[in-house]
Amino acid sequence: MNDAAQTADAAWTPRIVAFFCNWCTYTAADLAGVSRMKYAPNVRIIRLMCSGRVDPQFVMDALAKGADGVLIGGCHPNDCHYVEGNYKCLRRYQMLRRMLPELGIEPERVRLEWISAAEGEKVKRVINEMVDQIQKLGPLGLPKKFELWDREMEHLAHQVQAADAAQGTPTCTHGQTQTMETAHA
Amino acid sequence: MKPIVPKKNEPIRIGFYICHCGTNIAGMVDVEAVSRYAATLPNVAVSRNYKYMCSDPGQELIQQDIREHRLNRIVVAACSPLLHEHTFRKAAEGAGLNPYYVQMVNTREHNSWVHTDRTEATRKAMALARAAIQRVPHHKPLEVKKVAINPNVLIVGGGIAGIHAALTLANAGKMVYLVEKQPTIGGHMAMFDKTFPTLDCAMCVLSPKMAAVGSHPNIHLWTYSEVIKVDGYVGNFQVTVRRKPRYIDEELCTGCQECVAACVYKEPKFPDEFNLGLGKRKPVFLPFPQAVPPVAMIDPEVCLNFKRGKNPDGTYTVSDKCKKTCVEACGDRKAINFKQTEEIRNITVGSIIMATGFQIFDARRTPFYGYGVYPNVYNALEVERLINASGPTGGELILRNGQVPKRVAIVHCVGSRDENTNRWCSRVCCLYSLKLAHLIKEHTDAEVYNFYIDMRTPGKSMEEFYNRIAEEGMHLIRGKVADVYPDPSDGASGRLIVQAEDTLTNKILKIPVDMVVLAVGLEPRPEAEELRRLFNLSCSAEGWFLERHPKLAPVSTFTDGIFLAGCCQGPKDIPDTVAQAGAAAAEAMALIDKGYVEQEPNTAFILDDCSGCKSCIPLCPYTAILFDEAKKKAVINEALCKGCGTCVASCPSGSIVQNLFEDEEIFSEIDGVLAETPA
Repeated sequence: MNDAAQTADAAWTPRIVAFFCNWCTYTAADLAGVSRMKYAPNVRIIRLMCSGRVDPQFVMDALAKGADGVLIGGCHPNDCHYVEGNYKCLRRYQMLRRMLPELGIEPERVRLEWISAAEGEKVKRVINEMVDQIQKLGPLGLPKKFELWDREMEHLAHQVQAADAAQGTPTCTHGQTQTMETAHA
Repeated sequence: MKPIVPKKNEPIRIGFYICHCGTNIAGMVDVEAVSRYAATLPNVAVSRNYKYMCSDPGQELIQQDIREHRLNRIVVAACSPLLHEHTFRKAAEGAGLNPYYVQMVNTREHNSWVHTDRTEATRKAMALARAAIQRVPHHKPLEVKKVAINPNVLIVGGGIAGIHAALTLANAGKMVYLVEKQPTIGGHMAMFDKTFPTLDCAMCVLSPKMAAVGSHPNIHLWTYSEVIKVDGYVGNFQVTVRRKPRYIDEELCTGCQECVAACVYKEPKFPDEFNLGLGKRKPVFLPFPQAVPPVAMIDPEVCLNFKRGKNPDGTYTVSDKCKKTCVEACGDRKAINFKQTEEIRNITVGSIIMATGFQIFDARRTPFYGYGVYPNVYNALEVERLINASGPTGGELILRNGQVPKRVAIVHCVGSRDENTNRWCSRVCCLYSLKLAHLIKEHTDAEVYNFYIDMRTPGKSMEEFYNRIAEEGMHLIRGKVADVYPDPSDGASGRLIVQAEDTLTNKILKIPVDMVVLAVGLEPRPEAEELRRLFNLSCSAEGWFLERHPKLAPVSTFTDGIFLAGCCQGPKDIPDTVAQAGAAAAEAMALIDKGYVEQEPNTAFILDDCSGCKSCIPLCPYTAILFDEAKKKAVINEALCKGCGTCVASCPSGSIVQNLFEDEEIFSEIDGVLAETPA
């Protein structure tokens, strides 16, 4: 993301969460294994029955919890085991891609790929490409940023409280400051 | 054994097991470290590593722990769940635990086999182990749904694979629908002259089986027909078949061929498909003498009684311009019906066997061999027909100019093992080339030159066959043919020069020959892609139908209830095709005789807090979601739900739950994979 974050996290390697559909892409990843293809170890694959099951919240949750990128894999158009789940996934993906920049996240961090059960080679290629891509983008580090923002908020709250105390006006009776952490949760 | 029902608020007790898989996993992943790490995670009561978890002692280890340590969740880090999830679920069930309390971590296919850095692979294994350990507490006890199986079987394709599978099933008392695209069954095998390595005549062994199919009471034979729609799932497929009109009633035709003799065309005039255009046929014809069903058909493209050209909808209009001598000849049998139209049949079957075969490589794609340019360049299948006694020349091997070739070149690997066309070895070409060399020599006493890259003759009696043919005095030249061109000194005779480098002597050879035979490879059929979609199968990168597992499930597909037989799965010879067809029939039979299928309980259901927004309803491809007007809530028909989870992801109020893939389960997995692991 920025140089400061990168130097602060010298040992950083990309962490990517992948959601693969059971019938095409997960099977393709199995095939890549059976064929002993070698690819980067940065991706953690979560199996779903269909790419249509990928709730945009899964993607957001993964990024919020520290993933630097999210990869979604489904069957090719027209090939979905469940007829059209992959199209539903595509729609949600397009929506997500529009939303991400608004949140300050590069849309390139989220990638959707159609990978059929026979395309072990493509699993290898896409994962390696994705790792390279994220490497270039640097860490997203949302959990750390949440902490930073929380501290900032706390600091601001203290300042306000101190100012209020100095003026003798009572502090906000609601007491608790809403932190990014609770807002997020 | 009575199932252990977890009491409410009973503490979660997870058993974690990581498999060494010999050295497959342990060679790349530090299994000791992973099991030590797992032991530190919440709810883990037992954490072990073992050489082979899937072995009997491995499974017993889990069962013993369930009993002794009162485990109520199991996580197995081993191979892909697609391979062994079933094994470990069964093991858990055997110890009285609900099988859906088991979760697998793919530590082999997705980890040890694809990574080279032991530290990174171990970290990945830990992250995924943690994900599963965090996931299982959310698991619910689920029940398998049992659905009855329709005992009928559909077989698509009537070559030797489809024939053998149909007979095997029909003889076992199962009802079979055999659908074949061509007007007759027999496939490619019916076109061959002799078969390697025994040199027995193909038709002599095939025709009794074809006849048996035709007369079997348990086989509905639908030739000249195509499957146009497939719905449903294992045990209950609804299939729509289009039966194309042959303008001759199958029930009434006796196969006497008097109509053929009586046709107004006195001489056969039109290219005969069965003989690959080397012979001629009439507009009314029987594809070949042993055709099954032995029913003639009329080609509306060329029959005088039809207007030339199709109607826009693909049908043909009767013009009544012909004298209809065929109808006269048919007489009281009244089998000829120019008004016949296509028929649509709907059937329900429980399982399907795909036996749709292959096509030969089109040698025009390798233009330097001159196929389609020089009349004396043939493909191997054409030579089979030329040699065959019932072929266009009555079994005499003569060239298009009527001459008997004195020197013949056979070019191996045309459209096989070639970067520019097909990369795979078609497996049968070396052997059929040797067979053709023998037959050509036998028929013509010609000098035969076999140009090969490598002589590949694996299999029972095949090497012996190779030695036998080699000893017959063939010229076996190791070298790929680079060019075929007309002999500049003798162009008029059609003589060709075959140029190749003999890689054993490092010499460039230019051999004049009268005939070139291209040993064309085997390719997926052009309609394979369409069939794949229709039947919801997968294809390999080359286009062959993909088997579920290359070694352990070679006739199953990823779609339950659909099996593969013969060359649609990849090139193979007749013995292997028949063996595979038998295996596919046995698989179908195992399914039928079991009587029911167990359905994975990963269906979705809607909670009471549904707000009734209806956004899920149009998303379901199976129309399984209905709206209950009384309650103003959506409901899922469990019988129709296939468990994709698309609706779950769409629900704005999070009121839809997918069994086995609940939101909490996935969120906890996400959390688990992203948690910091010890370096």
